[in-house]
Amino acid sequence: MRFPTAPSPHLAPSNSVSRIMLTVMGALIPGIIALVWQFGPGVLVQIAIALVAALTAEAMVLLLRKRLVLPALMDGSAAVTALLLAVSLPPLTPWWMTAFGTQFAIVIGKQLYGGLGFNPFNPAMVGYAVLLISFPRQMTAWLPPVDLSGFSLSFADVASVIFQQESSLAYDGLSQATPLDLLKTQLGLQTHLDEIQSAGVFGGLSGKGWQWVNFWFLAGGLWLLWRGIIDWRIPLSFLGSLYLINMFFFLYDSSIYPNPLFHWFSGATMLGAFFIATDPVSASTTPRGRLIYGALIGILVFVIRSWGGYPDGVAFAVLLMNFAAPTLDHYTRPRVVGHRR
Amino acid sequence: MTKANKPKLTQNIELAHRPVDLEPYHKIAYDGLWKNNQALVALLGLCPLLAVSNSVVNSLGLGLATTFALVFSNTMVSLIRNLVSHEVRLPVFVLVIASNVTIIDLLMNAFFHDLHKILGIFIPLIVTNCAIIGRAEAFASKNTVDKALADGFFVGLGFTLALVALGTIRELIGTGTLFGRADLMFGDIAKHWSIEVFHDYGGFLLAILPPGAFIGLGLMIAVKNVIDARGK
Repeated sequence: MRFPTAPSPHLAPSNSVSRIMLTVMGALIPGIIALVWQFGPGVLVQIAIALVAALTAEAMVLLLRKRLVLPALMDGSAAVTALLLAVSLPPLTPWWMTAFGTQFAIVIGKQLYGGLGFNPFNPAMVGYAVLLISFPRQMTAWLPPVDLSGFSLSFADVASVIFQQESSLAYDGLSQATPLDLLKTQLGLQTHLDEIQSAGVFGGLSGKGWQWVNFWFLAGGLWLLWRGIIDWRIPLSFLGSLYLINMFFFLYDSSIYPNPLFHWFSGATMLGAFFIATDPVSASTTPRGRLIYGALIGILVFVIRSWGGYPDGVAFAVLLMNFAAPTLDHYTRPRVVGHRR
Repeated sequence: MTKANKPKLTQNIELAHRPVDLEPYHKIAYDGLWKNNQALVALLGLCPLLAVSNSVVNSLGLGLATTFALVFSNTMVSLIRNLVSHEVRLPVFVLVIASNVTIIDLLMNAFFHDLHKILGIFIPLIVTNCAIIGRAEAFASKNTVDKALADGFFVGLGFTLALVALGTIRELIGTGTLFGRADLMFGDIAKHWSIEVFHDYGGFLLAILPPGAFIGLGLMIAVKNVIDARGK
């Protein structure tokens, strides 16, 4: 790595963990607004629950570990974990699931490994994966987007569903499979792709509502890139490899594999590419390592979505590549200045 | 050889009155159950430990089968320890263990058929449990029969206790019950032993699935290390 340094005097930017975390939170706002617009205010309640759970869990573990509580809470890393987990959850997830998933993410996914900077896995995705494999029914039931259902839930409705378990009947009636979920189950029933995509939830680039959510996460992600918070390599190689492998199979048999833009704009692709895979702690850190890391995540996402057991695979793909990141770093170490290879 | 010259009666009395040296047995028990627990300290035999510890009854079944295998193989290895040459000892030990496990496998198939079906491949796989060959090599091949037998028993008991503890945690968190399907092991009288600890429990699949085993075992090892650290 070269650090081009101009002669003094220098103006140092206030580069700190909390500044980065605040910028990330800011970049999430367009996507969150899109989620509220399309899927109702449930995501706001989820964010509130997740924030409370994450901050209390972090504070308790820090107290147990006899560390300074306030500086660690103020750096915003726990809040970012909570935000990322909350925007991944279905809007009407029961409150105890959100709280449990966030606490698991903070306590077991992050603090047990030594806290910020030591966690080998992305904590938010640890929490998400735990919830997904433990409660698959609740975790795959999303609300229909407002473009499709035509009605929007009020804040009070949403809060009562989330906090009262007895209204789960209404919840079952409201919720509906996501485009990715529907695609998977219908393809399993040998339905033709054109026929599936004529269903109501599909439309535009991917699914109604979903394309907007992904579009605004993409916009927020590009802003992060522009601010220099994340490296361009991971999102580019992630989206590039997802596009290429998808294009290959689309050209091979377009009656089973949807066109590449569908996968780009459905599920958690954009959120994963810009906000989750780029986690500075758990991702690969070398330039070439990042290219490989992102590319393999893209391939894994396609593989899990097309042939795996779960409708979306971003969380699993990121976790699997987190395992591989230290090895990638080892084999892609950049040349030290002045040394031959 | 002076004892042989004494009258037989006095010799017998002398033997009977000699205080039994319990010291090594204390040590064997403490090592097997706690200090050198094969599951929590040596981390041997983790494959069956993690795979079948999803309920108390499964854990108990596999733990007892492993204990029997340990006791028999330790005893036999100790008996033949002076007959086997150093170079071929490992194949011979494996042969002894495999024969014992085959007997246990067939017995379980005959008398605990349903439990045997659930535990499946993990009963024959006791042969490859490193804890057993480990004890045969490290202890039984160097000690007398009585000590080897005690070692096999206590090591097996320590393994079983760790397995049952993990099974309890996983069954409790995963399904909210305890001793579910106890009839597999204790016959029809145990049909109603199942305790529903949490009512209306939705279940927590993670604890039943393999990650639950890894996380549970990790937490158990942590608790043991904390207890050891406090004791110092």
